[in-house]
Amino acid sequence: MSQTDARSNLERVLESGSFAVTAELGPPKGADPAVIRRKADLLRGAADAVNITDNQTAVVRMSSIAAALLAQQAGVEPVVQMTCRDRNRLAIQADLLGAWALGLRNLLCLSGDHQTFGNHPGAKNVWDIDSIQLLKIMADMGDRGVFANGEEVEGEPPRFFLGAAENPFAEPYPYRPFRVAKKVKAGARFIQTQCIYNMDRFREFMARLGDLGLLDKVYVLAGLSPLKGPGMAKYMRDQVPGMDVPDEIVDRMVAAGKGIDDKAERSKAFRAEGIRICIEQIQEVREIPGVAGVHIMAIEWEEAVRPIVEGAGLLPRPQPLPGAAEAG
Amino acid sequence: MIVAEQKPLDEILALTEGAERVAVLGCGTCVTVCFAGGEKEAEVLAASLRMRARVQGRSLDATHGVVQRQCEWEYLDAARPSLEGVDCVVSLACGVGVQAMVERFPELRTVPGLNTKFYGLPTEHGVWEARCAGCGDCVLGLTDGICPVARCSKSLLNGPCGGSQGGKCEISPDTPCAWHLIYERMEALGHLDRLAEIQPPKDWSPGPSGGPGRIVREDLRRGPPPAEESEPAQPSSLLAS
Ligand code: SF4
Ligand code: SF4
Repeated sequence: MSQTDARSNLERVLESGSFAVTAELGPPKGADPAVIRRKADLLRGAADAVNITDNQTAVVRMSSIAAALLAQQAGVEPVVQMTCRDRNRLAIQADLLGAWALGLRNLLCLSGDHQTFGNHPGAKNVWDIDSIQLLKIMADMGDRGVFANGEEVEGEPPRFFLGAAENPFAEPYPYRPFRVAKKVKAGARFIQTQCIYNMDRFREFMARLGDLGLLDKVYVLAGLSPLKGPGMAKYMRDQVPGMDVPDEIVDRMVAAGKGIDDKAERSKAFRAEGIRICIEQIQEVREIPGVAGVHIMAIEWEEAVRPIVEGAGLLPRPQPLPGAAEAG
Repeated sequence: MIVAEQKPLDEILALTEGAERVAVLGCGTCVTVCFAGGEKEAEVLAASLRMRARVQGRSLDATHGVVQRQCEWEYLDAARPSLEGVDCVVSLACGVGVQAMVERFPELRTVPGLNTKFYGLPTEHGVWEARCAGCGDCVLGLTDGICPVARCSKSLLNGPCGGSQGGKCEISPDTPCAWHLIYERMEALGHLDRLAEIQPPKDWSPGPSGGPGRIVREDLRRGPPPAEESEPAQPSSLLAS
């Protein structure tokens, strides 16, 4: 297989200069493959690749790699998410050799949420390595064909298209762009950001990345999460660490339901407003220099992705190469 | 110091099940300083055990005592007379002290009265916080004296994660973010460039991951090691009689 053929669809779209779209697919709290297929149906053709979360918020779900393979078989290119919370360097490297062997090509390296947030708060965490060390290990594996201990990988080494996350809204704010620089130095080729609601701070963050000369070195996908209702907006504003939701957004969500008495109708109105806000956010981030695409995190609401992408004028997506989304 | 806190009374009482004469043995070192297992706490616990047992209709005699340091075999001999005829000791020492008791008095039943929590210090009256996790390969020199292993909830080595907000860790508004503290200190000292360096994966083998800790200082060892060096010092004949 030549180098070019091995590129993922996401990598090709980003390299071609098209504005990329990624989405998120949360695996089920169960073993039913039909759930993945149903979600894949909602996302196929609406995004260039789809992140498969890894025990997100420390809640046990179907494995990211297994769900990624199911998504790939269903014609949706996955981005495997790998956290450092649940596995040590042996397990991570072993699982990722397997992921590559199964034909998975995109990898997002994360530290992971603390297990106290999840449904097994008594679990022992791992954090043998952190996300930056994980990036470096996988970059070295791809570039130099070595494991974390320097030993050679047998045969063709995995060359994942490596990504990382960054939260422009976490403190200390001045450090965040430098953290991106560190992740790029470690091997990240794309960055997906935390959900953006505070556009001014995000603009500022992008400007700093520009000052650091990072915008030619890494593709930044702006993270957006459509709101389902004022409850979710308030929850994100008040309860989720590292989230910055301005009051205007919350007020807008509240206002969307004003005067609607029927519960179902009100919920519909909230969701329509959430989608509208997200479409406007896409227009805004497209104007910001250096933004290479959007990462739409419609949490347990995969139905929202297509109308958002369509509403933002981003359909149709560039055609994947034949066979690009198939295992092999 | 080693910081510990007392187990719930009913749990301690249950641990002594079947015993009629219980001795509560405090320790005069770390756990005295953190008000968990000193003489005073031993006295109060002995009284509480007696009362609680009476309520439950159980016959229990509980006395109390303290040794200067429960984590060294030699210091335990001072407690020997007070343990005569006792059929269960509730140790109010850290986990090291409990085991030192078991090793010094192997025929005596010793149960823990404390939960040993961490190596730390008091940050205000009545508040203790972890400072060290005994990782065996100290990185304080890289982080300007603030430990990311014990004080970052994820033991990260390359800077703050995305959950850091308002100087607090994502796990709780009561937990300072270690990396926020490190950042501020590096900034104040003009060392922020250090944060740009990628710290490689840590070698955890010098700490608990490498198996039970053991240090041998040949310069301090006296004479040839005893034939069965893993055996505890001579067992007490206290209970054999
Ligand atoms: S780096 Fe290791 S030895 Fe040093 S304070 Fe932290 S846990 Fe203790
Ligand atoms: S918020 Fe700070 S202390 Fe907590 S896990 Fe993240 S970096 Fe570590």
